[in-house]
Amino acid sequence: MNDDISREKSFAGRFWFAVAFILTFVAGVYAEKLGFLEFARENPDEIWILFVEHVQLVLISSAISVSIGIPTGILLTRGFMRRYRDWILNILGICQTVPSLAVIAIAMTYIGIGKVTAIFALVIYGLLPIIRNAVAGLAGIDPVILDAGRGMGMKPAQLLLKVELPNAMYIILTGIRTSTVINVGTAAMSFLVGGGGLGDLIFSGIAMVDAGYMLAGAVPTAGLAIFMNWFMGMMEKWIVSPGLVYE
Amino acid sequence: MINLERVTKIYPGTSMPAVDNVDLEVPRGEICILIGSSGCGKTTLMRMMNRLIPITSGTIKIEGKSVMEMDLIELRRGIGYAIQQIGLFPHMTVAENITVVPKLLGWDKKRMDERVDELLTLVNLEPAVYRNRYPRELSGGQAQRIGVTRAMAADPPVMLMDEPFGAIDPINREVLQDEFLKIQAKLKKTIVFVTHDIHEAVKMGDRIALLDAGRLIQYGSPEDLLTRPKNQFVKDFVGADRALKRLDLLKVRDAMLKDPVRCRTDDSSEKILEHMLAHDLNFLLVTEPGNVFRGYVNIDMLRGHKGRIGDLVRPMTITVRPEQNLKDALSKMLTYDLGIVVAVNEEELLEGVLNSRTLVSVVGETYDESGGHWGKITTGGRVI
Repeated sequence: MNDDISREKSFAGRFWFAVAFILTFVAGVYAEKLGFLEFARENPDEIWILFVEHVQLVLISSAISVSIGIPTGILLTRGFMRRYRDWILNILGICQTVPSLAVIAIAMTYIGIGKVTAIFALVIYGLLPIIRNAVAGLAGIDPVILDAGRGMGMKPAQLLLKVELPNAMYIILTGIRTSTVINVGTAAMSFLVGGGGLGDLIFSGIAMVDAGYMLAGAVPTAGLAIFMNWFMGMMEKWIVSPGLVYE
Repeated sequence: MINLERVTKIYPGTSMPAVDNVDLEVPRGEICILIGSSGCGKTTLMRMMNRLIPITSGTIKIEGKSVMEMDLIELRRGIGYAIQQIGLFPHMTVAENITVVPKLLGWDKKRMDERVDELLTLVNLEPAVYRNRYPRELSGGQAQRIGVTRAMAADPPVMLMDEPFGAIDPINREVLQDEFLKIQAKLKKTIVFVTHDIHEAVKMGDRIALLDAGRLIQYGSPEDLLTRPKNQFVKDFVGADRALKRLDLLKVRDAMLKDPVRCRTDDSSEKILEHMLAHDLNFLLVTEPGNVFRGYVNIDMLRGHKGRIGDLVRPMTITVRPEQNLKDALSKMLTYDLGIVVAVNEEELLEGVLNSRTLVSVVGETYDESGGHWGKITTGGRVI
C-alpha cells in the first residue's frame, strides 16, 4: 500500500515538475521579449542592492511587528484584559482597512521621508495579523488543559511558556507568515517615501512605461514573497509539535 | 489524612452556598468518594482542597497542615490531580506528559525516564511502544490511563480525582477501575474521588460522602449507605435496587456454602449411588483425594455402572473464585443458566458452592428484615 502512495506521489511530482518547467520556459521567452532579461543582464548590481535593501526592510519591520504583536496578543488574553479584548481587536481591524499607501502617507507627514518612515509604516501595517492570530491561538486553547496545568502546580509563567504558547504556536506562526508575506508586497511602496527597495524599479518602470525595468523589480519581489511563504511554512513544520496536527 | 472543618463556599454574587458547612475526615490510605447529582457541590468541594477554588470559610487540613497556610504552588505539586476530560497536553509526548510534575520538582533525567517506564508498566502499557506517542495517537482508555498515571508521577501521598473514568465506555471503565484498585491496594494513597455513578462509588470507595445542595447528607462505608440509608434522600439516591448493589460489595466467599457434600474420584460408583438414593440427591460434586475439583456426577450416570467415580466424572468449566464479587458470579449463573456455581481457588481446590437461593438470602439479609408483604421467611422445611 505504501508503494502505491509513493508511486502516486512521484507521478504527481513529475507532472508538476514538467508544468513548472514549461511555465518557466514560456515566462523566460516572454521576459526576453519585454526586455527584462536584457535589463537584468546589464544591471545585476543595481537589482542586487535594491533586493538586499528590500529584504532588510521586510526583516526589520517584521521582527519589530513580531516583538510588539506577540506580547500584545499575550497581554490581551490574560484575565484582567479579557473584557477589553474585542474592543481593541475591533479598533485594530478598522485600522487595517486603511490602504497601505495611506498608512505610508500618514507616516510620512509626521516622520518625514526615509527608511524609518518606511519601517514604521510597515510595522503598523504588519501588526494586526500577528496580534489577531496570537489572540485567536491563545484564547482558543482548551480550558481543560489549563486547568490540568494549574492543578499540577504550574506557575502562570510556566503555564504560558510550556502549555499556552506551544499549543497556540501553529496559529501564531500562521499570523507571522501572513504578516511577512503582506510585508514583502507593501515594502515595495517604501520607495515612495524614500525608503528604497525593489519598489524603486517597479515605480520607475511604471513611470517610464518600461516593462523590462518594471519586471526587474516585480519578479524578485514576487519571488521573495513566495520564498518567504515557503520558508515560514517550513518553520511551522519544524517548530510546531507533531502532537498538534491541524490538517 | 485530609480534614475538613465547617468548609463553606459561597460564589460571589450568589446567596446560596455551593458547599455548606461540610465536616469530613478522610483517613490516610483510603478512597473517599464524593457523590451527588450535578450541582451538589462535590467538584467544588474537591477543587477547594488544592485551592483551585478559594475557600469562603472553614479549614481544610492535609496531613495536619492547613492548605491556606501552605504555598499554593507547592501544595498543588504535592497533590495528584486527575480530571474527567483528562487534559493531557497535546503537544507533549506521553513521557513528557507523565513527567510534568517531576520536571517542575526538578528531578534529574534518568530518574524521570525510570519513573515513566515504571508507571507505564503499572498501567499495562508497553513503555517502548507508548513512551513517545502523542495524546492524539491514544485511544480513550489509554489516554485515561496516562491521565491517572500523570497524577501519580511524583508519588504524591494525596490524590484528587474528578470522575477520572467518566468519559469512557462501560467495559473499559470496569477494566480501568479494577486496574486502579489493584494499584491502590499496593500504593495506599489518600484519594478524594468525585463521581455521580453510585455503582462506581460502591465499587471504588472505602467511604462514600453523599452530598446534596452543598450539604453532606451521609458519610460512611458503602455498606452503610446501602443497608442503613439515613433518610429518604439517601434511599432514593442509592436507588430502589440498592439490594442489588450489595452484590458489588459482597464476595462469593460471603455467600457460598462452605464444605459442600461431595464424593471423591476413588469412591466406588455403587456405594455413591446407594448414598445418593438414600439421601435423595440427584447430583454430586467430585474432587480428587487432595480436594482438587474435578466436576460432577448425576444419578443417571451412576445407574448400572461398576467402578470408580473417576471414570464417570464430567467436568464443570464454569467456576468462580471466592474473592470475586457476587455480581460477577450471578451474571455467570444467569448467562450460562446454572442453578449452582462452584467456587474454586487458584490451586483448583474446591472452596464452596453458590446457589441462587443462598445468594438471594445473603443479599437480602440486612436489606429487608421484615420480608415485606410476604412476612418473614425462614428455614425449617415444610410447615404442614
